[in-house]
Amino acid sequence: MSTKTIDQINEKIKKGKAVVLTAEEVSKMSENHTPSEILKKVDVVTTATFGAMCSSGAFINFGHADPAIRMEKLKLNDVNVFSGVAAVDAYIGATEESETNPKYGGAHIIEALIKGEDVHLEAHAKGTDCYPRKEIVTTINKNNVNEMFLFNPRNAYQNYPAATNTTNKMIYTYMGNLLPKMGNITYSTSGELSPLLNDPEFRTIGIGTRIFLCGAQGFVSWNGTQFNTSVKKNKNGIPVHNATTLAVIGDMKQMDPEFIKAAYFEKYGVSIYIGIGIPIPVLDEEIARCVSIKNKDINTTVMDYGKNGHPAICETDYEKLQSGTITINGKSIRTAPLSSLYKARIIANKLKNQIIDETFQITQPVQNLPKNTNLTGLEIRGENK
Amino acid sequence: MKKRFILTFPAGRTNNPITYDLIKKYNIKINIIKANIGAEEEGSLLLEMIAEESDLNNAQEYLKENNINCQSVEKRVQFIENECMHCGACTAVCFAGALTLGKDDWKLSFDATKCIVCELCVKACPLGLFEIHFSE
Ligand code: SF4
Ligand code: SF4
Repeated sequence: MSTKTIDQINEKIKKGKAVVLTAEEVSKMSENHTPSEILKKVDVVTTATFGAMCSSGAFINFGHADPAIRMEKLKLNDVNVFSGVAAVDAYIGATEESETNPKYGGAHIIEALIKGEDVHLEAHAKGTDCYPRKEIVTTINKNNVNEMFLFNPRNAYQNYPAATNTTNKMIYTYMGNLLPKMGNITYSTSGELSPLLNDPEFRTIGIGTRIFLCGAQGFVSWNGTQFNTSVKKNKNGIPVHNATTLAVIGDMKQMDPEFIKAAYFEKYGVSIYIGIGIPIPVLDEEIARCVSIKNKDINTTVMDYGKNGHPAICETDYEKLQSGTITINGKSIRTAPLSSLYKARIIANKLKNQIIDETFQITQPVQNLPKNTNLTGLEIRGENK
Repeated sequence: MKKRFILTFPAGRTNNPITYDLIKKYNIKINIIKANIGAEEEGSLLLEMIAEESDLNNAQEYLKENNINCQSVEKRVQFIENECMHCGACTAVCFAGALTLGKDDWKLSFDATKCIVCELCVKACPLGLFEIHFSE
């Protein structure tokens, strides 16, 4: 059985001879090509997603004022920002909300900084011998801070359940507004274009993989939080609901506001839309088979967000979800996405062109992502009201 | 042409049989989509009107003379199209089918001729791009 190496693929890219396709294009191609033919013809497949990813945030370093301050209570545009990391480092959590405007939060600050807008900073401290200043009020922007980089603990979920609501009243969730009595179903992955559905066993994606992150080049920095490899898989090896995730990192100064958007979900709160693209080098037939996956071969679970614990209702697949209606118990129900396939496609194509133009190099992971992981819940220990 | 309008009637009764006049005098085919009476006894009607453009214009003049506000649905439900990220969250609640994603390009389109002014999209858009405008 023939194989290719990443070095060989990068060599082909340099010679202008590499064939790069998006995951949707290769899925189409697989209708009349075998995995071994795809391995011969295609070198890299680009995958992408553009969806709400609450578990995101940014590290930022403001530089020192004179006299210096060890920031202890810190607000940016009236949003609390975590400053418990040294004197002038901070972490802006995307879902942290302003106390005065709950529709505005950390996500909006991240977006404003990327856009180059001025952000109001106010910090207080007790004052120390080495950091005597007790308060500071100023403005910051992308050009006058030292570093600002996204460091998102859990992004790019490998699959996600679709959501519906069996109760008699409308509910407002991070899966959108769910009409009563199963009036609609929402879902949130880009299906056959989605990164971790194209490399379900992490043959090529690992720690150190270079990725497209909100318009910049970023990296997979770790397995994402709630990384779960023990989810039931369908016959194609695809987990049937949310499973693994990625922690990612990238330079915010290089990011493009087109590919990152602050969002507010009614009666839920602030979130952030993140655009991620990941190239998958086609190294062997097995990888060729994985990147050929089609929407109809990717299942997910429809869950009832109207009930505690979100019990499963049934399984469906992305071909049906993307068709606009699915049928459950004889009832035809409208479906709608929450992640933007339109934007995901732009990212997949951009990444494809960057690879062809040699501005984006394919990497070998430094270390593989973990295997055999599980999720633990949070037990209620001790007295609780 | 076919267009949807919201007619707002001030509190108290008007002396003219408005819908009758619209049909008889202005030659407008009318389809009543929704009727409402507000807390202050002001009323509103969501109508689909099918007519020649000149008849429609004359009818709007007539409504104005009778102190009835007539606003097109496009003016009532506005969305900031150039900031749309085409996620589709608004299509989840638009059961009238006015907001849909293109089958091939997955871009959002708004068809005001189907809108029932339920205003559900306002809360559904994570970017807050929908606005309800009451003035002309
Ligand atoms: S107001 Fe209602 S019918 Fe009109 S576009 Fe919004 S959701 Fe659809
Ligand atoms: S919910 Fe808002 S951003 Fe998403 S498609 Fe609708 S209008 Fe566009």
